[in-house]
Amino acid sequence: MNGLMRVATTGADFSNDVFWVWLLKAVGIIVFLLLSVLIAIWFERRVVGRMQLRPGPNVHGPFGLFQSLGDAMKLLLKEDITVKAADKVLYIVAPIIAVFCSLLTYAVIPFGPEVNIFGVMTPLQLTDFPVAVLYILACASVGVYGIVLGGWSSNSTYPLLGAVRSTAQVISYELSMGLSLVSVFIVAGSMSTSDIVTSQTQIWWLIPLLPAFVIYVISMVGETNRLPFDLPEAEGELVGGYTTEYSSMKFAWFFLAEYINMLNVSAVATTLFFGGWRAPWPISAINDGMFNTGWWPLLWFVVKVWMFMFLFVWIRGTLLRFRYDQFMKFGWKVLIPAALVWVFCVAIVQGVQQFTDLDVRVWAIGAAVVLLVGVGITFLIPEKKKPEETPPVDAPFDAFADGFPVPPLPGQQLPPSPRAARPAMATSTPVLTTEDSTAEEAPRG
Amino acid sequence: MNDPSTAEAVLFWVLAVVMVAAAAGLLFARKAVHAAMSLVLVMICLAFLYVTQGAPFLGVVQVVVYTGAIMMLFLFVLMLVGVDASDSVVETIKGQRWVGWLAGIGLAVVLIGVLTRATYPAVTGLADANADGNPTGVARIIFGQHVFGLEVVGALLVIAALGALVLTHRTRLKKLIKQPERQALRMKAGTRVTPLPAPGVYARHNAMDVPALDPHGNPIEESVPRVLRIRGQEAGTASYHADTYRRAVTAVADPVDSDPAVLLGTEESGATPPAAAPGETGGPLTDVDLGAASTKTETEP
Repeated sequence: MNGLMRVATTGADFSNDVFWVWLLKAVGIIVFLLLSVLIAIWFERRVVGRMQLRPGPNVHGPFGLFQSLGDAMKLLLKEDITVKAADKVLYIVAPIIAVFCSLLTYAVIPFGPEVNIFGVMTPLQLTDFPVAVLYILACASVGVYGIVLGGWSSNSTYPLLGAVRSTAQVISYELSMGLSLVSVFIVAGSMSTSDIVTSQTQIWWLIPLLPAFVIYVISMVGETNRLPFDLPEAEGELVGGYTTEYSSMKFAWFFLAEYINMLNVSAVATTLFFGGWRAPWPISAINDGMFNTGWWPLLWFVVKVWMFMFLFVWIRGTLLRFRYDQFMKFGWKVLIPAALVWVFCVAIVQGVQQFTDLDVRVWAIGAAVVLLVGVGITFLIPEKKKPEETPPVDAPFDAFADGFPVPPLPGQQLPPSPRAARPAMATSTPVLTTEDSTAEEAPRG
Repeated sequence: MNDPSTAEAVLFWVLAVVMVAAAAGLLFARKAVHAAMSLVLVMICLAFLYVTQGAPFLGVVQVVVYTGAIMMLFLFVLMLVGVDASDSVVETIKGQRWVGWLAGIGLAVVLIGVLTRATYPAVTGLADANADGNPTGVARIIFGQHVFGLEVVGALLVIAALGALVLTHRTRLKKLIKQPERQALRMKAGTRVTPLPAPGVYARHNAMDVPALDPHGNPIEESVPRVLRIRGQEAGTASYHADTYRRAVTAVADPVDSDPAVLLGTEESGATPPAAAPGETGGPLTDVDLGAASTKTETEP
């Protein structure tokens, strides 16, 4: 497309690509993703099994490798139920949206440098453009419509709750995810994936941007609805969440989308923080960087992606699910402010470096001095005095003083709510006495 | 370079049909969610057009911000309206429909007039604008020429968000009771500390009215919801009680050498597992007679 060509000023050179080259790459990506999902299901079950001291699937094929193939066939052959009360169109479209959007991300992920494919020199990447990472975020945010619509169109309570949770979750965790990526954009000076990989020749962004990486890893788990953030499909609370009313292939598509999304965020983490296809340090130094050329980088890339996949499984095998309010509080009160502060710091450092001729040592010392002075100043701030307590009001509480519903003044007691009698346990004033404790009901759950 | 290429033209005409159809869907859809999805489709097609016309940043940001965040918020509210609900078509303001038609026709006339009279000069300056890459070009304009406007809008949005927070803020009248406080209260009161067991018997019955069984096979009354117990709708446990003790003994015993009935004692009394000591299992303190019922259940291993 002409428009794209005009603005394509990225590191990777796609000028040699002809029709069959990018067709080959596109098909290769789809095959890679589908195969990876099959392996990922087996891998997850084996690894979680190992962590829980049990063998996991080990019957079908060597090491149980064909287990996921069997699972896929089972899902294909099951009865495809369409809920009668569902909103038909959206009910069918939802899983399609989820899978389709999850397949788009890998189009801009660089698998390796320029290689020779049947006589054509071309980068191991389908395409790249100046806003490639934003494009990945866009695909992810559209993919969530699959979950949300699937939950809504089922016309059922649990799926709807799952969908509502998913909406809130994605809106809040996408913010921190985007902010953590911004610091990479600032230091790399580009939003194109191949440029970001090129900018990591000296050092992987993981090391200087460690806080951003930590924030990204946390929000990528939230973004893919995996434990401990799998609230939209929390089986203990919502049966199956948004997938409750789905069966057979439609369910399989949601399942597929979830696993492809895991691969997607792993690939993004690899590309942005782990040097993309670049070989890890001791290997990259061998023989004048031989392992950073040709087809070798494909190996490093896949190894790194699977390292993140292992991280996903490890987290799943280790952590418990968050409570929903704690999860939201964590997102809004910890992750987003932390990401904002970090971006602010990175921007200042980058600005100082770019617009002044200061030596690295000079500004490092300057930053340390500013920090020390700041800490010193905080010691000078007098301790906050306790607010003087207003004298309690003696007058009896009038809930409709001057004709308006008003809260009680300090010292006044709010009369007990008529509903308070039922859950007698766990009220602010412990009413339980030893005599009636046997009659009391412990709260469930 | 100035003429749109064939590919661009083809893309435009394909997208144009989709967009107009989706826009019509937005107007005529009965359900609010369908209208919202039509709008999403229009936005995504618009993003495609932006990208084709050499503004990839705008196109992608359109999807991230509008489709991904703002429409998602809209959908969040719309979803809480059920699938079966449709909008009310009652005319709330008198003559509103006629005014709407009039304004719509007026707008259409103006638009058609503009479109027929418009001339399309040759496109210039795109290559210069995108010389350093599209995002850089956009950044120069936003943070150069329009930096003041941007700051003002940013401040306005922050003020709006803070205003919403202040307006919806409520002073807490009572102390907030959370999980740790509840836990402490429960410990202090000396009631059950753990969660209550769920009703139902594994692999036998999962109805709400069937009490769960403790390790000794005694029913746990507390596992049945309080409401059912108060109404007296608790199911009998006799037919669902676990027969594990008997099964275990029968399975271990060598059928040639010893008779399971002997190991179990007499059929009538021996099959009852030992009752739980009071206070040990957390189950009810009443002794449940399982002898007669247990002989009815299968004893084959």
